[in-house]
Amino acid sequence: MLRTTASRLLANVRVAPKAFAPARAFSTTAPSFFASATDVSEKVKITLPESSFEVYNLEKPSLDLEFSKEEVIDMYTKMVTMRRMEMAADALYKAKQIRGFCHLCTGQEAVSVGMESAITNSDQIITAYRCHGFTYVRGGSIKSIIGELLGRECGISKGKGGSMHMFSPGFYGGNGIVGAQVPLGAGIAFTQKYLDIPAVTFSLYGDGASNQGQVFEAYNMAKLWDLPCVFVCENNKYGMGTSAARSSASTQYYTRAGYIPGIQVNGMDVFAVHQACKFAKEWTTSGKGPLVMELNTYRYGGHSMSDPGTTYRTREEIQHMRSTSDPITGLKQHIVDLNVATEAELKAIDKEARKIVDEAVKEAQASPEPDLKEFWNDIYQPGTEPKMVRGREPGESHYY
Amino acid sequence: MTFLANSIRNAAPLIARQAAVKQTPFALSAVAQKRWKSNTVEMTVRDALNQALEEELAADEKVFLLGEEVAQYNGAYKVTRGLLDKFGPKRVIDTPITEAGFAGLATGAALSGLKPICEFMTFNFAMQAIDHIVNSAAKTHYMSGGAVKCPIVFRGPNGAAAGVAAQHSQCFAAWYGSVPGLKVVSPWNSEDAKGLLKAAIRDPNPVVVLENELQYGLSFPMSEEAQSSDFVIPIGQAKVEREGKDITIVSHSRSVGFSMEAAEQLAKDGISVEVVNLRSIRPLDVDTIVKSVKKTNRIITVEGGWASYGVGSEIAAQIMESEAFDYLDAPLTRVAGADVPTPYANNLETYAFPDTPIIVKVIRDTLNKKIGA
Repeated sequence: MLRTTASRLLANVRVAPKAFAPARAFSTTAPSFFASATDVSEKVKITLPESSFEVYNLEKPSLDLEFSKEEVIDMYTKMVTMRRMEMAADALYKAKQIRGFCHLCTGQEAVSVGMESAITNSDQIITAYRCHGFTYVRGGSIKSIIGELLGRECGISKGKGGSMHMFSPGFYGGNGIVGAQVPLGAGIAFTQKYLDIPAVTFSLYGDGASNQGQVFEAYNMAKLWDLPCVFVCENNKYGMGTSAARSSASTQYYTRAGYIPGIQVNGMDVFAVHQACKFAKEWTTSGKGPLVMELNTYRYGGHSMSDPGTTYRTREEIQHMRSTSDPITGLKQHIVDLNVATEAELKAIDKEARKIVDEAVKEAQASPEPDLKEFWNDIYQPGTEPKMVRGREPGESHYY
Repeated sequence: MTFLANSIRNAAPLIARQAAVKQTPFALSAVAQKRWKSNTVEMTVRDALNQALEEELAADEKVFLLGEEVAQYNGAYKVTRGLLDKFGPKRVIDTPITEAGFAGLATGAALSGLKPICEFMTFNFAMQAIDHIVNSAAKTHYMSGGAVKCPIVFRGPNGAAAGVAAQHSQCFAAWYGSVPGLKVVSPWNSEDAKGLLKAAIRDPNPVVVLENELQYGLSFPMSEEAQSSDFVIPIGQAKVEREGKDITIVSHSRSVGFSMEAAEQLAKDGISVEVVNLRSIRPLDVDTIVKSVKKTNRIITVEGGWASYGVGSEIAAQIMESEAFDYLDAPLTRVAGADVPTPYANNLETYAFPDTPIIVKVIRDTLNKKIGA
């Protein structure tokens, strides 16, 4: 039964977060997962450690959460699949099948998965260029993500955007200019307020981007106009090769907006991220205005595939984070401790994830490069193009 | 500086062709409504823009306006006067002085389903936001493979004003005109202003509307057709403001007015000048320009921006690459802003921008050129 559930989840059917039922006693006898379907809806209770949150002008969210087993397995499956996908991108880049920029989120899986688990399809997310994981959790297929990286027809942006320009429903990319996505995100929140949509926009940026002027401009308008915007600083401690301490006069990113309350979260713990995002959604959609959230996380890889990531930090540090704070290992431990699944079942999910990613890569590789006619499409909206667009020389021009 | 209006009524029922421009340099807020025959009224460019904004705000709930001083102040140049009262603070929004921030916010709103009109107090200040105009707005539809749309309008005064010196006088037509994914329009008279702004707001692509502060107070005839709330001028089509046969002037924005005056002056000496008002910078209506050159065999361009890498340079290159090249009896000359940061002193500022006398001079020079001589 678990296997079937996992496969369904891996096929990227979105599992809507279930409303939390009142607390129920958790059976200590380890249920057999192959017994019946109702086992996966059984609840597990989690208490987060005190160190999960720090707050600024805010009351701490509750440390007690409850999930169904299905939700927990879903989180695990998504994180594992995402990691596999990023590892596949790593290999493809080294094999020179991916060109240009490629920023991987290996190690940061709890951020996108935790956030997605706490929100709905009405909520929106926007981030910068480390976007493959978000594209995936928001509904992009692995084939279309890898396809985009390979520059193929099946790519999520038809091969015309590349690594940094991926969009999926409720996800506005994928943006290449550091910091630009933050006021864009405030604009998306503006739309939600304008159209009376009771939903939130998570506008993400890194520790490097946090000092951008336009970030503060966005803070100001969001607070002034009570926009349902959560400004999320994904602090992975390094802006490219510059450590947070070398770029920021204040590294307390959750306090940087001054007049906007903030929360700092252990971004390596998917449950903590979930709780913080759930809290943030409730806060911003109840008319209390924006919020700032700092997710402390870590990337094992370099800034991008062009950066080994070891010239500005030690291998010991990377290794230490991997062995003590890995989000997947952490969740795995919870799953086993709470009897949500056995190690063998988790290994089966790992294997399935690998298989699914490998298959998706093969399918993406089989997709051709975009047809030349795509070159001329989407410059303007269909039907509103000018008469002609010039090519490299007048003879190569295209007439609509 | 005042010229007598001298309009000729065309036989065609709906189109009133204007032959000259009534210049009222210090026209203030009140709309000069002078009833002509067949329901043409006089309207300032400012009021035409205001009418366009009002009509489009009324027609579509998703359209909204934001910018510095657009609401309670009624607009730094009074273009948005009365709109806050009519539509309320949800639709007409005063922003803080943060161009990068509010242009980005407006772009985000457009990406997520609204239709923002983002006003820059002048396009000089839009340089702070140009990353959003170009990278967030213009390119996104393409980069997303058509998944994300951006129906936004960026508008405001562009180019020279009077006595505001270098940082407040630059023309950005060439910069925005070069960007694929943008449309760029540059109205001259009131009909242009209303029709192009309405077209821009209705266009589902990002459109830059380059107005001109010195034009705001000038009155022009508005035909009955132009007064209608459905009046739209197609983007990408130039207009022959005055027909002629000896030489073509291609111009945009305020320079069209000087070109028309030059044409009127030269007519007294028997020189017949055709004046083409570009109306759109991107897409550029090359066909109309080529057709005109084939007729007159001579062409000059007039613009307020710098000559280097400018609109005139683009037109020169387009002529070279088109069949119009074979019809030239003289090379193209660009009349443009002088290659200096705009000075403040009145005499120096006059020397920095094209005006009627310089256009007349260049036309005479061009007509005196002989092939092979």
